[in-house]
Amino acid sequence: MNNTQFNIDLELIPSTFDAIHAYLAATVFGLALTVIILLFALLMGMMRRAKENKQTKPSDNKEQAISTSIPKREPQVKIVEKIVEVEKIVEIEKIIQAPAPEPIILKESTPDAALQLLTLLQSEARFIDFIKEDMAAHSDADIGAAARVMLTGCSKTINQYFNVSPVRSEEEGSQITLAAGFNASEVRLTGNIVGEAPFKGTLIHKGWKVTDVKLPKLTEDHQAEIIATAEVEL
Amino acid sequence: MSQKSFGSLFEANKTESDDTDTQTTEVDLVETETEAEIPTESSSESSTETTEEKINPLQGTHYSIGIDLGTTHCVLSYVDISDPENEEIVQEVLQIPQLSAPGVIEDKPQLPSFLYQAHESELPEGESVLPWTAEPEYLVGEIARKLGEKTPMRLVSSAKSWLCHAGVDCKSPILPSDAPEEVDQVSPFQASAAYLEHLCSAWNKQHPNAPISEQEITLTVPASFDPAARELTAEAARSVGLKNAILLEEPQAALYSWIEKSEGDWRNHANIGDIILVIDVGGGTTDLSLIAVTEEQGNLGLTRIAVGDHILLGGDNMDLALAYTLKAKIEKEGKRLAPWQIQALTHACRSAKETILSDEAADNIAIVVPNRGSSLIGGTLRTELTRDEVDSVLLQGFLPSIESNEHPVMNSRTALRTKGLPYAQDAAITRHLAAFLTRQVNAVNDIEGVNLAENASFIHPSAVLFNGGVLKAPRFASRLMDVLNEWLATENAPEARLLTGLDLDLAVARGAAYYGYVRQGKGVRIKGGTAASYYVGVESSMPAVPGMAPEVQALCLAPFGMEEGSNEELPNDEFGLIVGEPVRFRFFGSKTRREDTVGTRLEYWEDDELEELDEIEITLAEENRTIGEIVSVHLSSAVTETGTLELQAISNQDDTHWKIEFDVRSSED
Repeated sequence: MNNTQFNIDLELIPSTFDAIHAYLAATVFGLALTVIILLFALLMGMMRRAKENKQTKPSDNKEQAISTSIPKREPQVKIVEKIVEVEKIVEIEKIIQAPAPEPIILKESTPDAALQLLTLLQSEARFIDFIKEDMAAHSDADIGAAARVMLTGCSKTINQYFNVSPVRSEEEGSQITLAAGFNASEVRLTGNIVGEAPFKGTLIHKGWKVTDVKLPKLTEDHQAEIIATAEVEL
Repeated sequence: MSQKSFGSLFEANKTESDDTDTQTTEVDLVETETEAEIPTESSSESSTETTEEKINPLQGTHYSIGIDLGTTHCVLSYVDISDPENEEIVQEVLQIPQLSAPGVIEDKPQLPSFLYQAHESELPEGESVLPWTAEPEYLVGEIARKLGEKTPMRLVSSAKSWLCHAGVDCKSPILPSDAPEEVDQVSPFQASAAYLEHLCSAWNKQHPNAPISEQEITLTVPASFDPAARELTAEAARSVGLKNAILLEEPQAALYSWIEKSEGDWRNHANIGDIILVIDVGGGTTDLSLIAVTEEQGNLGLTRIAVGDHILLGGDNMDLALAYTLKAKIEKEGKRLAPWQIQALTHACRSAKETILSDEAADNIAIVVPNRGSSLIGGTLRTELTRDEVDSVLLQGFLPSIESNEHPVMNSRTALRTKGLPYAQDAAITRHLAAFLTRQVNAVNDIEGVNLAENASFIHPSAVLFNGGVLKAPRFASRLMDVLNEWLATENAPEARLLTGLDLDLAVARGAAYYGYVRQGKGVRIKGGTAASYYVGVESSMPAVPGMAPEVQALCLAPFGMEEGSNEELPNDEFGLIVGEPVRFRFFGSKTRREDTVGTRLEYWEDDELEELDEIEITLAEENRTIGEIVSVHLSSAVTETGTLELQAISNQDDTHWKIEFDVRSSED
């Protein structure tokens, strides 16, 4: 076991430079040289690319530079379109609107005015009192008497604070003609709606419109939610 | 004091001397001020505002403002008069911001003449804010009326009627008259000033560049106001800074409004010789005036020839009468009514009355008084107001068809003075009218061109002008015309015609604003002067008779029809007055004695000829004199430009003047 040819003695240092060692040394040298050349080539390549980046930055934005050239072409197409349509001002507007449609804003009514109207109707017409009543418990005659109070009060209130006039002055049931371009928010067509204006039809309801609102002003601290104060007699 | 009145007399005399052509007078005034600035007067409209003020404080004002300080409502109307060349009149009525509920501010053309003394815990903080002040001194207007409906003991109403109420000191806090001790009372004077103050603030808020104190103000008073009440009204105006305010009788204002509304056409509706009867039935008072149409240098002139008594009778009485009729009807059914129900009933009757009197078709009107609680249906009180009831209560009660010689029934009331107002005892307006027309049968004797049939037992009006909310009801108006025309027919006089076209609620304020424009020398001006002659009571020198009060003679101080800005002296009647001691005189007025001149002594007069007014008082101040010294004085009277009567004692030795006060009124005599 001790004197075998393939015994590895790590403490043994060769004292002669034989052919095998020379071959090994040459191989190591050759490999190292290859690695150095490859690394150098890689470094040069990276440096060249970095230079290219620096040159493109000022002309275009970062994202476009990083991304491919396809998105870069799209705005160019748009610009061409715009130039073509500059003469038609209206259409430009349309186009501007079209890509970014305005968000639809729904008007939110402030509760104050509504509460104020309720207060007025309650104080003049006992409106809330009336609608909070249990109708089933009373006779028609009693309800009628109370309704009289409510109705006279309501009409007084409405006439005092609003100017209400009919939309159409014609008699209901009469034939009227609507010319082209009539105001569709004032007049609604129903029934057999076909063809083009002028439309001929029967006035079913004359409509109402408020021409003037004169609601009272409120002080800063006024609590609109209290639509009827509790009353205590001393 | 004396100096001030002297100044105004001087100025007034100047205008009077040129009365027929006021325009020239004004030009004269301008010239005397600064000649250099005259051209600017006719320059463009835009520059007038600043330049005019420099020229003349009287002309520099921008608007003519008419204020109707009514018993139940106040109205302010105005006309732009900054351009003297402008012939077109644009009349506007001020929308008066006022609290209508706690924390709610509404603009209304009328300011209800009510004042409410709220309890400190009654209103939440910040709920009584007005556009011009965070904390108003008093609650006035709509909110006062509304709160007062439920708490009457804190409500001041009809302050104006108290001003003309003999026997109370109008500057002492007496209102609300039935308030418990804890409630702060105010004087009728303070209340009137509070309404004016509100109007002024509302104006100043809306016209920051034209403060009201620099405008021409015309304040209306009932034609029947006595000198003391006029003085109090003028003083209330001064106390809120309205230094330029002048007084105008309400029926005259109504006629001015009619003239203005007709836009020149009135000349076709009035003829020389016409006697126009103005009947003004407001919420609380009835006011009567007669105005004659005369000829003046080829033009139509107007002269106010007579005014009626102060009658506390109006629309409110009618509502109350209807409410009590219905109350009786309901109580017959065995139901008892609470005070708040009567209040609500009165309210409901007001609107029902208006409907039934204006609508020929409406026969029966249902009256419903709802429960106070939140349950509306169960507790309602229902009844009906029928046409017959309206006819019998209102037409028969207030406008009975009577003969022209039937006069108001006067129950001799107990001599005790009551705390309340002296309401008219007889509710029949037609009887008051008949009495007025009969008393004034001689009113046109001295008026040229106006003649009355010889056999006439009362003065025959040929035209009638209505004013006041009550007469908006066509059936009232036609009833009144029918009764009057019946009287005229019995004396074979032509029917009186009705002059139309007035806005009966706002006419007085509008007419007053127009009057300010007329005072600039445009349009016709109603002449008239004082509506009565005034007398002091002087004890006649005769041996004393035990048990008999010394006879009193009436010495005429101011004649009938004394014009504004004129004065009279009585140098022949000397009085010895003790320095430092108040001296009181009895004071009388007569609306019928036109012939008396200054210095006339009356030893005997008919009961209805002279009316005793409140006593007047004079205290000689000590100035350079010792207390107890007797100074010989004579009396003088003047009608100021404002329209108030001013009495003075003038020393016979030097020229010292002492003012004689009207407004010292006390109930203890």
